[in-house]
Amino acid sequence: MSENVLNSAVLTNVAAVPRLSYSMRLQKVGLNGTLLAGLILLGVVILVALAAPLLTPYDPIVQKLDEAFKPPFSAGHLLGTDNFGRDLWSRIIYSARLDLQIGVISVLFPFLFGSFAGISTGYLGGRLDTLFMRVVDVLMAFPFLVLVVAIMSVLGAGLVNLYIAFGLVSWIWYARIARAETLATRNLEYVQAARTIGCSTWRIMARHILPNVIGPGLVYVFTSMVLAILTGATLSYLGLGPQPPTPEWGAMIAAGRQFLLQAWWMTALPGFALLVLGIALSLIGDGLAEKR
Amino acid sequence: MGRGGYVRKRLVLMVFVLFGVTIVIFGMVHFLPGDPAVVLLGDRATQQNIAELHDQLGLNKPLYEQYWQFVSGFVQGQMGTSLQFKQPVRDMVVSRLPITIGLAVYAMALTGLFTLTFGLLAAVKKGGWVDQLIRVTFLLVLTTPNFWLGILLILLLSLGLKWFPVAGFGNTFQEHVWYLFLPSLTLGLQLAAVLIRNLRSQVILTMRSDYVRTARAKGLLERIVLLQHVLRNALLSTVTIFGLQFGFLVGGTLVIETVFAIPGMGQLLFQSITSRDYPVVQAITVITAIMVILVNLAVDLSYSLLDPRVTYE
Repeated sequence: MSENVLNSAVLTNVAAVPRLSYSMRLQKVGLNGTLLAGLILLGVVILVALAAPLLTPYDPIVQKLDEAFKPPFSAGHLLGTDNFGRDLWSRIIYSARLDLQIGVISVLFPFLFGSFAGISTGYLGGRLDTLFMRVVDVLMAFPFLVLVVAIMSVLGAGLVNLYIAFGLVSWIWYARIARAETLATRNLEYVQAARTIGCSTWRIMARHILPNVIGPGLVYVFTSMVLAILTGATLSYLGLGPQPPTPEWGAMIAAGRQFLLQAWWMTALPGFALLVLGIALSLIGDGLAEKR
Repeated sequence: MGRGGYVRKRLVLMVFVLFGVTIVIFGMVHFLPGDPAVVLLGDRATQQNIAELHDQLGLNKPLYEQYWQFVSGFVQGQMGTSLQFKQPVRDMVVSRLPITIGLAVYAMALTGLFTLTFGLLAAVKKGGWVDQLIRVTFLLVLTTPNFWLGILLILLLSLGLKWFPVAGFGNTFQEHVWYLFLPSLTLGLQLAAVLIRNLRSQVILTMRSDYVRTARAKGLLERIVLLQHVLRNALLSTVTIFGLQFGFLVGGTLVIETVFAIPGMGQLLFQSITSRDYPVVQAITVITAIMVILVNLAVDLSYSLLDPRVTYE
């Protein structure tokens, strides 16, 4: 009873407050238009990827040669079929699982290691920092893709090697970001205070520096996830990624390349899927950057 | 310090970076798991075959000796022998390098054209539909994988409208310009997508400066204010970003070569990777790194041309 009274009082009060504009209401929950659009789009992609078996009756790998080269909107095949008669929609949504995985895994480890390296070198300084900066100079001299590809030439093609190669090259980005932020933070009052009361170096780095410097790196995660997915797709386009018949967008584009005149949809549609995921992640990255 | 002194200092630094580059490349083959001999032999890998190939490739010499051979060879222009083609790597690379560089330069020219045109246009029409259109279009281009963009352009402009050749390189200079247009367009659009964003915001920022107001107040034509007062100052940061992005352009160039069947270094690189022809991979990796280092030196030096107040210390 009293609860009801309270509720109605709250409701009347809310009604009395002038209506907030749409963008202001978004900001109240920590969102902005760009971020929201990105999150919704990414949510849809993740949902479709997770629910893939429910969204298609076809297996993405089983071949039905008598059904080959059906154009989009054919009976039973919304997006058509490929040269092996496999349903393109099935292959595209099953591939979303793999490409999302590529995006997450190839960013996660470099982010963790790079941030750790950046905070340590930035905070400890001295020779370690000098050495680190020289390593940065050298690694930055390589074109990113060329170094990844060169590493893969030694490790061999395949998904795990793709993660390793991407990680070996990209940790440096997070390390640079974290280092720059740490340099700006290491002499602030609260860090000095922590030092004065005798906190250990580890504790200062983990409890005082880390929470304050990790933001820009986190924002960059989404930007570099786009790059990771595009690089993954590029490498599998070049035949270095997951091997056939595993459905992967880049590999599908490569496979469709030789049937460009007969079946444009084999190349155009997987690329479009890649584009949708890329836009979702870019919007999130931009949205997070706007917030800062 | 004058420009001469600065260049000397940068060149010395460059030698150190190059030293690091060779260490990385060398270390890659020698410290990453995977024995090139085993990979090369494949099914034929017996203990004896592996030992023989190690001997042949010099893989059983002490590491420092192998490194010395690798570096001194490179300095003398000897980059070893291709395992796949049994040819000197130098000959294979030297004939392809100009093609790749030509494509990259062509792409840079188009990038400059797009960046200046659309960056300025977006800034001048800030907030209007032209600005929005430019923004959305290039956001799409930015997230498009470049090899796919290339294929789409082939599909539309070569196979569909038959305006451009599907693939290849041509024989005369005019043909090169004609054949390389679509690949350069693909690369140029993507690089411009990064730079346009930056140039737009820099131009908008610069237009608020006092000296721009003064220039307008003394009655200069808007065109002159824009090109001579605003653009020149705004370009400084865009040029920096260009330097940072150059590595991506090189990577993209190599990939695009495979899409358009251009006989440059990219084609060779990706062939060599599939066949684990690591002397070729090493050579191309070092060459592209040198390209990135040189372009960044040029970028640093261009600052004083754009803005005479910049001094090098």
